[in-house]
Formats: sequence, C-alpha cells, structure tokens
Amino acid sequence: MEATDIIKPENIVYQRSRLMTDQVLSFCPGCGHGTVTHLVAEVIEELGIENEVIGIAPVGCAVTIYDFIAIDWIGAAHGRATAVATAVKRVLPDRYVFTYQGDGDLAAIGTAETIHTCNRGENITVIFINNGIYGMTGGQMAPTTLAGMKTSTSPFGRDVSVQGPPIDITRMVAMLDGTYYVTRQAVHTPAAVRKTKKALLKAFEVQKEKKGVAFVEVVSNCNSGWKMSPVDANRWMEENMFKYYPLGDIKVDGQLLIK
Amino acid sequence: MGEIRLMKGNEAIAEAAIRAGCDAYFGYPITPQSEILEYLTEAQPEKRTGMVVLQAESELAAINMVYGAAAAGKKVMTTSSSPGISLMQEGISYMAGAHLPGVIVNVVRGGPGLGTIQPSQCDYFQSTKGGGHGDYRLLVLAPASVQEMADHVKLAFELAFKYRNPVLILSDGLIGQMMEKVELFDPIPRSKDLPQWAACGKKNRPHNIITSLHLDAYEHEKVNIELKEKYARMQNEEVRYETYLCEDAEYLMVAYGASARICQKAVSMARNTGIKVGLLRPITLFPFPSKVIASMASQLQGILSVEMSHGQMVEDILLATRQYPTLKVEHYGRYGGVVHTPEEVLEAFSKLYIQFN
Repeated sequence: MEATDIIKPENIVYQRSRLMTDQVLSFCPGCGHGTVTHLVAEVIEELGIENEVIGIAPVGCAVTIYDFIAIDWIGAAHGRATAVATAVKRVLPDRYVFTYQGDGDLAAIGTAETIHTCNRGENITVIFINNGIYGMTGGQMAPTTLAGMKTSTSPFGRDVSVQGPPIDITRMVAMLDGTYYVTRQAVHTPAAVRKTKKALLKAFEVQKEKKGVAFVEVVSNCNSGWKMSPVDANRWMEENMFKYYPLGDIKVDGQLLIK
Repeated sequence: MGEIRLMKGNEAIAEAAIRAGCDAYFGYPITPQSEILEYLTEAQPEKRTGMVVLQAESELAAINMVYGAAAAGKKVMTTSSSPGISLMQEGISYMAGAHLPGVIVNVVRGGPGLGTIQPSQCDYFQSTKGGGHGDYRLLVLAPASVQEMADHVKLAFELAFKYRNPVLILSDGLIGQMMEKVELFDPIPRSKDLPQWAACGKKNRPHNIITSLHLDAYEHEKVNIELKEKYARMQNEEVRYETYLCEDAEYLMVAYGASARICQKAVSMARNTGIKVGLLRPITLFPFPSKVIASMASQLQGILSVEMSHGQMVEDILLATRQYPTLKVEHYGRYGGVVHTPEEVLEAFSKLYIQFN
C-alpha cells in the first residue's frame, strides 16, 4: 500500500484551506503569521464569504498576505489600512471587510487611523498581530516592545524613561463606544489556535450585525526578530508578553469585561 | 439648457460632484475650500443619490479613504488646499502606482508652510511634476471660472476612469471663493456596475489584488513602463487650451486659472494701444500645451508667463520653446497670497515689449 492510497475523502480529518494559494509563505518558520494567515483562510471558507470579502494588507510582514489567500485584496500604505477599510465598507456596505495589520502599522504610524476608525464604529474586522517588534525591517523597537526588551534600535533594552512604556492599544480601543467585540488571543499551542479561530469566526460574523468594529489581537512570537528558536520564543512569549498583554476577551457584545 | 445658479467656485465643485454620479467624498476642513465639505454635508447627497460623504480625521486618512473607495471601483473625490494636499502626496503616489482613478481638488493658498489663506498658484510644480515619491504624473485640469469648476469635475471623473489615474483639479482661493453664474450640467446617475479590475469581492472571476508593490524589480519596471506609456498617451490625446487674440500675435501671455482672467483684461488693455499680444490659457497643465506654444514661437518676439508664484510654469514654456533661443521668455507674478492686477501685468509686459521696440 502506498501513502497516496490512504488519501481519500473519508480519511481526511484536516486539510489546507482551498482558499490558500500555492505560493510558498514568506513568513519565518515558527512565526505566528503563518498560522493566523491559514486561520483567516479557514474562517472565510467556513463562513462561505470568499466572494464577498475584501482584505486590506498594509506594510510590514503582513504586506504579501494577498499572495497566500485567494480573495480580493487591497495593499495599503503603512498605517492606513483602517482608513482604506472604512471607505471600502462605506461604499460596499454588504461586503465583509477586514484589515490584517502588525503592531508597528496599527499602533505606531497608524494610531490616528486605528483610534478614529474604532471611534466611528466602522463595521469592519481588524486583525492585529502583536509581536512587539518590527519584523520585516529587521527587528527594530516597536510601540509594543516590552520594557527592557532588546531590539536593533533599543540595543540595551527598552528604557521606559526615554522611550516610554509599551502601548496596549487593544485596551485603548476597547474603551471606545465604536468597538463591539475586542479580544486578545495567541496561536502558540493547538488550544490557543482553536480559540483564535473561534474569535476570528465571531469577528467576521458580527459584521452582519453592523454594531461596530470587531478587533482581534493575536500576540505572536517573532523568533527571527527576537533572535530565539521558535520553541524558546514561544516560551519567552508566555513568560513575558502574556504578562503585559494578557489573553482573553476584553469586550463582548459591546460590554467591557475589564476595568 | 441646464439649471442656472449663482454660486461660489467651491460650491460648484460640490454640486458638480453630486451631479457627476460621484459615489463617495472624503475630506478634511481647510481654508479656503471648507465650503465644499460644508455644502456636501448640507446637501445630504446620501438621500439624493446614495453618495457617501464622510469627514475624515486628517487629510492622510481622507486620501487613503479615497484610495480604498477607488480600489473598490467607485467614483471618489477629495478636496483640500495646499498644506492638506502636501499631506496627501503619499496616498496620491500609491493611487498612481496602483492605477487607481480618483479626483483630487486643490484650492491653492499661499505657501510654503502654513503660509496664508489667500490665493496663490505656487503648487504648479507639485501638481504637474509628480508631487509624491516615484515616477508618476497626474492629469491636471486648471479651471478659470466657476463654470469650469463645475464642468471640470465631470471631465475629471471621465479622464480618471479612461486612464485609471488620479486627476487633479488645480484651482486657487480666488476661483474657489468668487461667485459667478454657472450653468449646471444635468445629473448623471451613479453607476451600478463595478469595473472588472476592482477589489469588491471576487464573484465569478479570479481574485483581484490592488497594490503598488512589486518586490521584483523587473516586474516593477514593467509597471513603470505601463505608467510611462499612459502619460505619453495623455500627452497625445488630452491637451486642452484656449487662445485669446492669438492669430496675429507677436507677443504672448501664458496664464492659467485666476491669472488667465487677469491677463485677459491686460491683453485687452495692450491691444487698445495697438500692441499685438495674445493670451494662451492652458486648461490642462499636464499634459502641457507645449506643441501649440512651439508652433506659435516662430511668429513671436516674446512670451510672458504670468503666474501667482516665483515662476514655475515658465520652465515648461522654456522647454517648449527651446528650439527658439532668441525668443524672450520671462515670468511675472505676485506671490505669497498677493493677486496681481491687470495694470501690474500690463506694466510687466511693457518692460518685455520695450526690449524690442
């Protein structure tokens, strides 16, 4: 019996989403981006919305996500994804619109757009990958970089007296009336992946209710930028990142779950 | 005959956008063009035609909203004035790079920096030579009346979609604020169809990607070749201009927008003293009417470029007439928000004229 003999529909318990293209992922092995990218494809496929969804990919490691998922995409300028998404949703209100942004994009250069899009309560989904560093440009300090964390532009560790403390923008947007669902998840274990998928499903489903922004932060490792092995990076993330960025729902059905 | 109204130039822009079947407007207040956003919010076009109007948190957000709606295949417009247009340059470059149509109006005020709120024509270089980063051009229309403020909006949308390129209407605080009679064109219904290239959901076709990013240099060179060919096509097909008393002219004034209106008076005054001078008014600044200026050059002694700037368009006139080295090409203009009078233009012209007489 050959290995191919057992590849039959009745034996398949899990497979790649058919929305994934054959393009090889550009993400580093072990990085959370690859996992989230596939989850996004799975969620769109499961909801059956592939013909009515538009993704916005701005600058950073997220920039080439449009090569991996076969849906309509718009590449946005650095930080401006939610402004682009605002317009797309306003002119095509019956479509599903989402952004896929990193922390440099969403919480530094794009802060104004992030805050005001959330404040207006645009009916879009924001997927926010927070790995505490600028990955694509080679590991510079991000607004989310933890205190004391070494990066190529904080080589002696982030000094909060000079550079300020890391920004918890997810908590900030949860305080705005325009956000309807805000959650923070991770993808470092199978259980965490399942939770993130559930969160993403909900974040797309609430677009139908037209009650405001659905905001999903995924705390991820950046093993290349952090200069660790994928396993060590996940361990470091659990011990350090989760302390500052605790996982769980922050706002559900418009109700804040935190103080 | 269309509906006739007495309107400000800025109001004409706004009303024309609704009538042109514009799907969405995104803007941010700035003097001297805030009447456009005010008119649009007051007119409630969402009830008239379903047009979306949204006040953005900044010009940066506004132009990126324009980028988004354009990427979704919609007819979209923004307006601003000089400092705000500077903020938008990044987004405009992205639109050009992604082959996106859209209409941008600049009601120019005096610069640099925060400058003044008075009229100026100091943004000619920015408008016609690119403005943001990269090799690109905007198709630039220069209205000289409230009537053209309205008509150019309709034309700008046609050209934007014909070339899949942003079109800039380069106005100024004078045309924007002054009131004139305007005959409004009949409303065009908003289009129900979305272009095949748009990112609007991939029903019944392969998925579309709107982007200006091509990491492979050879791929990106191909995109640049397409852009270059597009601009060459504009230069062949879209040059627009108007002449006034040019048939027997030995001297020529070249002016656009508000300056052209002032020069028309100055030309008439000079003609009354028997001087054979004409006026050429470029209506498109890119493409620039270089060929027509070159074709007139052999009959001319001198050209005066009249602009409310240090002298920007004059460089394009010099380029157009480089085969005629003896032809005198000079610039005159007040700037920093000061508007020259016909008498001042006539005096400047006289200084050019007496060099030959």
